[in-house]
Amino acid sequence: MLPQYFPLFPESASTLSPRVDALFFFIFGVTIFFTVLVALLICVFAVKYRKDKHPVPVQIHGSIPLEIFWTLVPLGIAMVIFAWGAVLFFQEKHPPKSSMDIYGVGKQWMWKFQHPGGQREINNLHVPVGRPVRMTLISQDVIHDFFVPAFRAQMDVIPGRYTYTWFEATKPGVYHLFCNQYCGTKHSGMVGEVTAMSPDDYEAWLRGAGAFGSLATHGQNVFASMGCPTCHTGADNARGPNLYNIYGRMERMSDNRLVHVDESYIRESILNPSAKIVYGFQNIMPTFQGQLNEDEMIELIEYIKSLTYNGQLLQLQTNTQQEPPVNLDKIQKGVDVMQPGTNTTPMPRTSAVPVTQEAQEPSTAEPAPRQVVVPGKQKAPAKPSTTARPKGEQHP
Amino acid sequence: MSTATQVPAALEMPRDTYLNAGYGVKSWFLTKDHKRIAILYLVSITMFFLFGGLMAVLIRLELLTPAPDLFQSDTYNKLFTMHGITMVFFFLVPSIPATLGNFVLPMMIGARDLAFPKVNLASWYIFMIGACFTFSAYISGGVDTGWTFYTPLSTSYLNTHVVAAALGIMIAGFASIFTGLNFIVTTHRMRAPGMTWFRLPLFVWSMYAVSLVQVLATPVLAITLILVALERGFHIGIFNPQLGGDPVLFQHMFWFYSHPAVYIMILPGFGVISEVIPCFSRKRIFGYSAVAFSSVAIGVFGFLVWAHHMFAAGISTYSALVFSLLSFIIAIPSAIKVFNWTATMYKGSIHFNTPMLYALAFIGLFTIGGLTGLFLACLGIDMHVTATYFVVAHFHYVMVGGMLVAYLAGLHFWWPKMTGRMYPEPPAQLSALITFIGFNITFFPQFVLGYMGMPRRYHTYPPEFQVLNVLSTAGASVLAVGLLLPMFYLLWSLKYGEIAGNNPYRATGLEWQTESPPPMHNFHETPIVTQEAYDYESMNEEEVVIG
Ligand code: HEC
Ligand SMILES: [Cu+2]
Ligand SMILES: [Cu+2]
Repeated sequence: MLPQYFPLFPESASTLSPRVDALFFFIFGVTIFFTVLVALLICVFAVKYRKDKHPVPVQIHGSIPLEIFWTLVPLGIAMVIFAWGAVLFFQEKHPPKSSMDIYGVGKQWMWKFQHPGGQREINNLHVPVGRPVRMTLISQDVIHDFFVPAFRAQMDVIPGRYTYTWFEATKPGVYHLFCNQYCGTKHSGMVGEVTAMSPDDYEAWLRGAGAFGSLATHGQNVFASMGCPTCHTGADNARGPNLYNIYGRMERMSDNRLVHVDESYIRESILNPSAKIVYGFQNIMPTFQGQLNEDEMIELIEYIKSLTYNGQLLQLQTNTQQEPPVNLDKIQKGVDVMQPGTNTTPMPRTSAVPVTQEAQEPSTAEPAPRQVVVPGKQKAPAKPSTTARPKGEQHP
Repeated sequence: MSTATQVPAALEMPRDTYLNAGYGVKSWFLTKDHKRIAILYLVSITMFFLFGGLMAVLIRLELLTPAPDLFQSDTYNKLFTMHGITMVFFFLVPSIPATLGNFVLPMMIGARDLAFPKVNLASWYIFMIGACFTFSAYISGGVDTGWTFYTPLSTSYLNTHVVAAALGIMIAGFASIFTGLNFIVTTHRMRAPGMTWFRLPLFVWSMYAVSLVQVLATPVLAITLILVALERGFHIGIFNPQLGGDPVLFQHMFWFYSHPAVYIMILPGFGVISEVIPCFSRKRIFGYSAVAFSSVAIGVFGFLVWAHHMFAAGISTYSALVFSLLSFIIAIPSAIKVFNWTATMYKGSIHFNTPMLYALAFIGLFTIGGLTGLFLACLGIDMHVTATYFVVAHFHYVMVGGMLVAYLAGLHFWWPKMTGRMYPEPPAQLSALITFIGFNITFFPQFVLGYMGMPRRYHTYPPEFQVLNVLSTAGASVLAVGLLLPMFYLLWSLKYGEIAGNNPYRATGLEWQTESPPPMHNFHETPIVTQEAYDYESMNEEEVVIG
């Protein structure tokens, strides 16, 4: 039969797939070996010692050496599989430093994805080939599960906390995205597609996807409108800590514990500020539980992640019309802020916006603060549609 | 063919048996006789099994095509939920302990009854009350939580009768606790003179291990389900993050019971197989203490691996490592058992009676079921296959290929003891074969589907999965024939079966020394044990003398 209609093996389209498959085949070999061994022994004994052939059984009590043998050999094999699986698990759990970030929000029964450049899509995820993508996932309601079999990538999507997974697509194509945790009526309808594109196509897609300002710029607005700048002024004597450069570093807490600042930590700092108190500060930050939806939270986090300017105070105060921190419009324009020379402090993680030579030109010139207030204008495509589906740039 | 034909032809039914000790409704529903209670359980769980099986048939029919054809998504979700709940809590958990165990355990140790006959009867009533709750939820619209009741879906997002179903399971759990308690005390206190721990049949060892697990783990399930009901009914934030709860906490609590429950379901099967294989190999079991201690080891380690169901649920990397390691370790005692059973056949004299055929099928299927567990225990692979059809196939190989097949082995094995009549051998052997073949056609394709990425609990699926799904459904129809056949010939045998005699297979074990069916108090006089279990040597010598 044509494999097209009767496939027996999933497509392998990420850097992890061959590694997962290799271990799979190893365990498969072990399984076959023992199954055949046991089946063969049973068949041989059943035929050789059937009652007509072998009427008088030989009584055997057992054998300690044999027991030890068939305890230790399987144990040894099991430990090999365990160790190999553990190594693979570490790889699956730890995205490369160079990963770009994409956010996914699950809700009954659809997937929403947000690229840091502000592109949003539903039940469809566009990713570049050859670049690791780290997914930061959260659910608005019940537990879902983000599962792309062709990438061998899977992670539960849980309400109230971020989970992460990553993949690096190796082949352009369209792949299944499944919700793999039962989530109610249309669980089996909570499916989508992951479109892996060559970097050029991906870049073109990003431009055509109709983003109205990057997540960070939206986040800046949220930040201001929630009154965060009243405390987080960036000044030394401010009531709240300076949020510049916090992302990715180890932060000392008042109990002297060191905490890694990642998305989950920032989220917790905002929703449950008293859980961990930053060293040298008072527990005065109010909780914003119930005041922010998941999209706004993601925007805030992207904003805080973008605060990487070194040495300049954050001057937001309560004024929304203020000039944005240095990186925002660069991100918006598609400049990779990790590019040497664009920033003195390297940001641990970049946005989804790819490096482009053309985009870099204007950005090295003066920033245009006004553009933040009217986002999405400077390089918006002809159609101001918010749907994330450009025409005619799909893949074979 | 069977040894039954070797015994003198003119056997008669014993005059006083537990079956004719009383006839009225009261004599059954108020009985304190463990044998009658076992029959009550047998009838009830057979009903539940038929119901759960019907759900399975409907599920397989729906999955014939990728599109929804027979049911709406909600209905489909209810079907797999009811299938899971019924099969797990109302069939598999009570199956061997409450029926076969209830019937033969006291006889195996030479006791007149269980330690607490009234508690035993109460357990059946509790079980049925639980069933009433759960089935009332089914009837009044169904439940669609999945048998796992994952929160916050079950507590805040469904408007079916979740609380009734959960309460029913919780109540039925107490039946299981009662049975476990009864078995523990009975095994400790009521053994016949000379029946030392290391003369106990391995079935008793495995029942003992199961009972410990039941008593220790089931309360956690009860607590968990109560918390679900509290959150659902009174919006007390326990699991739903919007109310300040933690959804993953539920999974920890649920699997803290439900992983050991996997062993509640499979350990009794091990016990049955350890009886059947020596008997039909005419040989003592190979490595008695290895098999006995591996049961206990499984019972203990079974408590320490629950989070292997949650590798993709965002638990920390290091705890995942520990749980993965322990899951590999717990695979070893099961492997030891398989090797010992196989070695028992070596240089035996093998009879292919139906229980033996089922036992051989068990070894094969359980081996596959167990080995595919390695994929799931392995962190790197589990992140791909968890919650796919690979898992479905794996646990059906263990639960159906293992436990159900072992149950059928035991049911046929002790059928003459329970009823006094033999089942008819040819159709029984045939149905064992059909079951084995049908089972593999049904569930093997699901391994392939799973690795390809087909998620479980999917009402509709992408078209490239169809061929394998059709195969699976085709296999299910064969399997259904294999599982329905016994109902017919076993019922037939109640009236027309050959009279069995006390010990039709010339098996060791005290239960075979009394009459079939046994008298009211099992033994006319208390047996005295002077030999080890599985002393087939002297049994075979006797046989030669008779023959
Ligand atoms: C009333 C003053 C106040 C307001 C308003 C406030 N914060 Fe804070 N914030 C603090 C203080 C004080 C701390 C340090 C103590 C702690 O960890 O709770 C802090 C800590 C933080 C941290 C952790 C910083 C670190 O260095 O680890 C983050 C992130 C944060 N706030 C974000 C926000 C955001 C976003 C808002 C607006 C939605 C906000 N805060 C509003 C006072 C405030
Ligand atoms: Cu789902
Ligand atoms: Cu488990």
